[in-house]
Amino acid sequence: MMDLQSVSFRYREDWVIRDLSFRVERGEFIGIVGPNGSGKSTLLKLLYRLIAPQRGKIFIDGIDLGAMSRSEIARKMAVVAQETQLLFPFRVIEVVLMGRSPYLGHLMFESQKDLEIAKKVMAWTEVLPFADRLIDELSGGERKRVLIARALAQEPEIMLLDEPTASLDIHHQIDFLDLIHSLNRERRLTIVMASHDMNLASEFCDRILLLQGGRIHSVGSPQEVITKESIEEVYGCKVWVDENPVSGMPRITLLKKEGR
Amino acid sequence: MTKPKIMGPLTLRDPPEAVTRIVTLGRVLLVSALLGGLLLLVMAFSVLVGSAHVNPRRSIEMMLRMLVGLPSGGTETEEAILFSIRFPRVLLAGVVGAGLSVSGAAFQALLRNPLADPYILGVSSGAAVGAISAILMGLGALSLATPLIASLGALLTILAVFYFGRQDGRIHPHTLLLAGVIIGSFLSALIMFFISISPKEELRTIIFWLMGDLSIANYRAIGVIFPYVVLGFVSLYFHARPLNLILSGEEHAVQLGVDVERLKRICYFSASLITAASVSVCGLIGFVGLIIPHSVRLLLGPDHRLLLPASGLLGASFLVASDTVARTLLAPVELPVGVITAAFGGPFFIYLLKARKVVRTI
Repeated sequence: MMDLQSVSFRYREDWVIRDLSFRVERGEFIGIVGPNGSGKSTLLKLLYRLIAPQRGKIFIDGIDLGAMSRSEIARKMAVVAQETQLLFPFRVIEVVLMGRSPYLGHLMFESQKDLEIAKKVMAWTEVLPFADRLIDELSGGERKRVLIARALAQEPEIMLLDEPTASLDIHHQIDFLDLIHSLNRERRLTIVMASHDMNLASEFCDRILLLQGGRIHSVGSPQEVITKESIEEVYGCKVWVDENPVSGMPRITLLKKEGR
Repeated sequence: MTKPKIMGPLTLRDPPEAVTRIVTLGRVLLVSALLGGLLLLVMAFSVLVGSAHVNPRRSIEMMLRMLVGLPSGGTETEEAILFSIRFPRVLLAGVVGAGLSVSGAAFQALLRNPLADPYILGVSSGAAVGAISAILMGLGALSLATPLIASLGALLTILAVFYFGRQDGRIHPHTLLLAGVIIGSFLSALIMFFISISPKEELRTIIFWLMGDLSIANYRAIGVIFPYVVLGFVSLYFHARPLNLILSGEEHAVQLGVDVERLKRICYFSASLITAASVSVCGLIGFVGLIIPHSVRLLLGPDHRLLLPASGLLGASFLVASDTVARTLLAPVELPVGVITAAFGGPFFIYLLKARKVVRTI
């Protein structure tokens, strides 16, 4: 589905992503973890070509990403990024309909079909009751779900998530990821999620990519990647890794200095 | 939130009643027709009043007769007042009001700044330097010399701001804003220098130009501005939907498939050209381009497919009405129209801000 071939990228002098290669298969739920500055967000930006790599190539279904038009890319993949403030508030339904943009011409008004799709994805994400509210009247968790609805309205095959749970409380974090997980399982939506929260990544992801200084430190199942050795090596702090007693997935516990 | 029910075909048991209020072509046409009707009324009224008295009933008769191709039946003076003075002036006010409002709406989106107006990037100061030079060179008497040199100043400013406002070939709204404001202040210094060395006779002309002046209206001036306003509007309107997306941030617009750099360039040049044309002919008429787009947003929402035509039509009505007040309030003394736009526009805008809860209903 997605194929990165020795991709390198730098903003100015230093390489932020160095000679990185890996594949994402259709229907996978991939987590990208790593310390601040390890290149997580940059990697996501490369994947939807907000920026283009100086070296290497990215292929989507065998097509060179650099040769695709903006709207072609937007029909293939949707991004749910950290929030930005809307300058002037739109209604929820208007925001979700923006997801139909890659399918509309410049001037075109949304058709009945676009409206149907918007209502459908709003029902999936349970924001339909707020359809007519202004976006800035909603809570953080509700706004997040509106953004997923907008992304789903793009009818994408891949969804890229950048720190999706950063601003949410634990209740909304788990709700959000349950929703993403069910979209992944039941709609075969491919998910690539960059996250700081390794415990959540461990619970939900099929494979985890651990980045260090723009390179892949390790990649594999949560059991293979989330180990005491690799986490301590990459993050340089002491942790305790055991199993989540319910799911059996690796679980990280942070240790303060005197407790060692 | 319970687990989403996403299996199988989805049946909506309770489609919410309010979901229909999105921007459709029908809604755009309806709003345009209503505001267009308002504009016609305002223009008709404006033609009937003025410092020189012409019987209103007689004026209507004359206009109707002209409309069907008959001689008007009025005296030469009456004809001159109606058709050579008031008519072009009302038309000019309409075109300029529409242009400034559309351009203001576009700049607010482009710069992602609610305080942006058509003059924020210094185009107006460039035009002013041009116009003042023309006046000081004694070219003020020639009918189109001042606007021509003013538009030259405006065009040079547009290019300079574009050149300095880019980094690595991209327009960064903040850099563009900085470049515009700085070039604008530099030009303002030039303006003050010119004013300080101006002889007394020219000073009044310059001050009136700076305050915005519709009294030079003639059909030729309208013919000069009109194509720019129409072209600028059309090219902006073709990007109305992408402009909505850029309001939520450039990265969002890219994620939704917009070629953002192209959009910003088109938006910058279209809005700047409209401003340049309007300012070159009429000087600096303030406030219209700031408050009209905001008022329309509060009434109808921020969607540019509705916002741009509605701002144009409402801005036209507003400036025609303001100019009517400016030339009749203390007749035969004429006030600068900028005084009226600010004096009436400001309080009205504050009222709209306060009444925000009840708006957005059409």
